Amino acid sequence: MTAAAVPSLALVSGPEEVLVERAVARFVTAAKAAGADVIRVDATGYEPGSLILHASPSLFGGTKCIVVRGLHESPDELQLDLLSLLGGPLDDVSLVVAHGGGMKGKKVIDTLKKLGADVVDCPAIKSDRDKSDFVMKEFARARRKITSDGVRALVEAVGKDVRELAAACAQLVADTEGTIDDAVVDTYHGGKVEASGFRVADAAVAGQAGEALRLLRHAIATGVDPVPIVAVLASQLRQLIKVGAAGRGSSAQLAKTLGMAPWQVDRARRAVAHWSGDGLAVALQAVAAADFEVKGGGRDPVYAVERAILTITRARAGH
Amino acid sequence: MTVWRDLVGQEPTVEVLSHAVRTEGAMTHAWLFTGPPGSGRSTAARAFAAALQCPQGGCGECRECRTALDGSHADVKVVATEGLSIQVRDTRDLVQESALRPSVGRWRVIIIEDADRLTERAADALLKALEEPTPRTVWMLCAPSLEDVIITIRSRSRHIRLRTPPVQAVAELLERRDGVDGPMALHAARAAQSHIGLARRLARDEGARIRRRDVIAMATRIVGVGDAIDAAADLAQIADEESTASTAERDAAERSRLLETLGADPTARTQPPHIRSQLAALEKEQKTRATRHARDMVDRSLVDLMSVYRDALVLRLGSTVDLINPDAMDKVRGLSAVFSAEQLLGCLDAITEARDRINANVPPLLALEAMALQLRVPRDLNH
Ligand SMILES: [Zn+2]
Repeated sequence: MTAAAVPSLALVSGPEEVLVERAVARFVTAAKAAGADVIRVDATGYEPGSLILHASPSLFGGTKCIVVRGLHESPDELQLDLLSLLGGPLDDVSLVVAHGGGMKGKKVIDTLKKLGADVVDCPAIKSDRDKSDFVMKEFARARRKITSDGVRALVEAVGKDVRELAAACAQLVADTEGTIDDAVVDTYHGGKVEASGFRVADAAVAGQAGEALRLLRHAIATGVDPVPIVAVLASQLRQLIKVGAAGRGSSAQLAKTLGMAPWQVDRARRAVAHWSGDGLAVALQAVAAADFEVKGGGRDPVYAVERAILTITRARAGH
Repeated sequence: MTVWRDLVGQEPTVEVLSHAVRTEGAMTHAWLFTGPPGSGRSTAARAFAAALQCPQGGCGECRECRTALDGSHADVKVVATEGLSIQVRDTRDLVQESALRPSVGRWRVIIIEDADRLTERAADALLKALEEPTPRTVWMLCAPSLEDVIITIRSRSRHIRLRTPPVQAVAELLERRDGVDGPMALHAARAAQSHIGLARRLARDEGARIRRRDVIAMATRIVGVGDAIDAAADLAQIADEESTASTAERDAAERSRLLETLGADPTARTQPPHIRSQLAALEKEQKTRATRHARDMVDRSLVDLMSVYRDALVLRLGSTVDLINPDAMDKVRGLSAVFSAEQLLGCLDAITEARDRINANVPPLLALEAMALQLRVPRDLNH
């Protein structure tokens, strides 16, 4: 967006903080570039009437950009002030309103839309599918290429937190050249807890007991906590069960209904061919037992994970 | 009319407490009420407080009785915590207050509804007051069981143990007090397994009844491993939704109250460090509370789920005990037909294990999945 694009009304709508901050920052930068004063109004703890005061023409002239964050948790007074502000002419004032979702403040949203506000959607980035989409958009925006394996590796390594995911994308764009694949991602994020957890889980689900145990020992030796490894084991087996139960259909379609990324569906489909339902049940129950032991129910957390891995690989072979 | 009217199914307790009200020598300065959740611990304490204040020993009609029962009596202090624990500073205030003579009533009464949430230091602070009692002051502590209260407090108080009230008594209470019609009251009391608060909620909230029915239907619907995973996700989600809906508003209110107390500017985009750290502490406590609330919700659902297996076991063994879910007979019958007594016990064990695991911090979803996988039936019993 260029500096010239300062809409007089903007609505930033949705709960995803990273996107909200980004959108608000874009409007603020544009407003500042156009010489406007930026005034921020916090919705919680709003002083009634202060919005109207901020919006009134200043003694020294000049334009203003008023940013209201958190409309969805704002007191009624702020909503009333916003409505009355929107009811009159807005001279030399642009207004950016952020709303995190829900019914509160709906009237203000409707009014903003009716008045033709610029609307930026910031939907929650929750499922792995959302995260994959987000990563692909991030790289497309930077006019960079990333392979589907690269997307997978990145989401696995740092996908737990959207903010961290966004930062990792920015870092890869800045620090690397050419197409980004899983090898590139691994050099930057391979040491992450999640990444090593995924390697252990991949080996276990593939029935490679020796390899899984070796990777586990290595991860523990480098200071990785067993808790997140167990969590990854659980999530991988869960995906196998879901994909196995979903039956036929295109990967894309399944990905949509299961909230998974298409590559996750493909991988789970390949893996699940070697599993029976009962085998998966035994495996996931072993992981739950291990989680309990790791959380203090047993004496030796590492042994608990090792035993779960052996149970998993045996459950696969037994099909 | 008496103050004891809402304390149902606890005749022996009423006897002991009214005797203490009537007989100076039978009175003591510290009481500990224990009993299963929903049995009426705090109802018992309030009624006792009212009876002590009432000139007629608990008529249930006079001003003293009414204000003591609804918690507005000047000399009856009711401490109920929404938080995870009762801190030492809270008890210090109480101890100070306990040293005062009653202002209008005959006794100064302090009721702590969740004595099991006293931190160790808070309990220590309380101990002083229990060791050196003020003449007209009475402490009433409530907790699920004796084991939930530290031994030094236990040994200084008289113990009153409430029992699980009979279903019929709970149903009558719902009819009389809450105006619930007969059949619904009976259904709710039975389904809640005599937990008075839960029964009331089931009787008055259709959403709660629907959720309970859905949970019970789960037992007969889990056939494949995929069904088990879905059922676990449903259970976990129900709890999540319930808990966010009920805590979000309170969280925001607590935050602005804290900022106000600290004299901070709530509109500031970044708060100074000392305020930030207090905010962080509050958020941490709120998060813990939300987690705990969600777990309680899951636990409640699991108790409901257990009830249908218990019924199936009763049926299977040909016992004549009353069923908890007579209105879900088809499901109970279906389960007792496809499972042996041994297998039904296995299902109950799996549910108990899930409750223990969740209690030990295993992610609820994972614990529920392991449980649901154990509950698979050979075919869908709903058709
Ligand atoms: Zn009275």
